[in-house]
Amino acid sequence: MAVNPVADLVREMQTWHFVALELNLFLDTHPANRRALEDYNRAARRFRELWERYEREVGPLMDHGFSESPGEWQWPKGPWPINTGM
Amino acid sequence: MWVYVKQLEYPVRVSRPDLEMAKNIFAQFGGPDSEFSASWRYLTQAWIMPSGVAKSIVIDIGTEELAHLEMVGTMIDLLLGDATPEQMDKAGLGAHYVEHGRSLFLHDAAGVPWTSSYVQAHDDPITNLRENMAAEQKARTTYEHLICKTNDEQVRKTLAWLREREVVHFQRFGEALDRVQERMSRRPHF
Ligand SMILES: [Fe+2]
Repeated sequence: MAVNPVADLVREMQTWHFVALELNLFLDTHPANRRALEDYNRAARRFRELWERYEREVGPLMDHGFSESPGEWQWPKGPWPINTGM
Repeated sequence: MWVYVKQLEYPVRVSRPDLEMAKNIFAQFGGPDSEFSASWRYLTQAWIMPSGVAKSIVIDIGTEELAHLEMVGTMIDLLLGDATPEQMDKAGLGAHYVEHGRSLFLHDAAGVPWTSSYVQAHDDPITNLRENMAAEQKARTTYEHLICKTNDEQVRKTLAWLREREVVHFQRFGEALDRVQERMSRRPHF
């Protein structure tokens, strides 16, 4: 199988994002659960690191000023995940 | 994917509750030319848009419209205040109270529920962009009518700001249309 470092990075981001999202929902109804809180913060930190790495190496992830666009306007550049499924 | 940001795009203030005005502003929550129609008209077109420019403009504007829907909902909620069923009745919101209480719901100023037949998406980017430009004009006109219906300076300020956004969106869709036409004229198409 061909090595695709961007696809691997995306898959890892999706994993940590999902961990954070799932714990977010759990904490909404179990705000006093310390273990879930620690896991949430660990996942959020890991996700943020991967986010920053993606933006450094690939391009902006968010619109409306949540991501910078160094050098040139990169936002319209493909590929777009709604068409690739990744 | 999408996330929620716990901040409004622009502040929403009202001087006092005003049930008649709350009822009117439902036009922009769940009416034909509402922010809800705008957001999902543009966002459903994203898959088919042929270029990064066309794709980014429908996604970026469609997403901003969701923030406008949030502002319109906040305006209605503040204008409803803690109205009693009797007060809502007198303001023409009696049926709304029966079916939804003081909750928001996707219907227009007359209580007609939202339907996807208000919007359109085609596999022709030019058709879509012209549809979107017309939609921005209709939303602008609706905001102008709403501004005429209130003397509350705070409400007028927020409505005027939202109206201004429709003007900018119209402009950007027009520029995207120019780019798409330019791109299509470079190669044969049928
Ligand atoms: Fe708009």
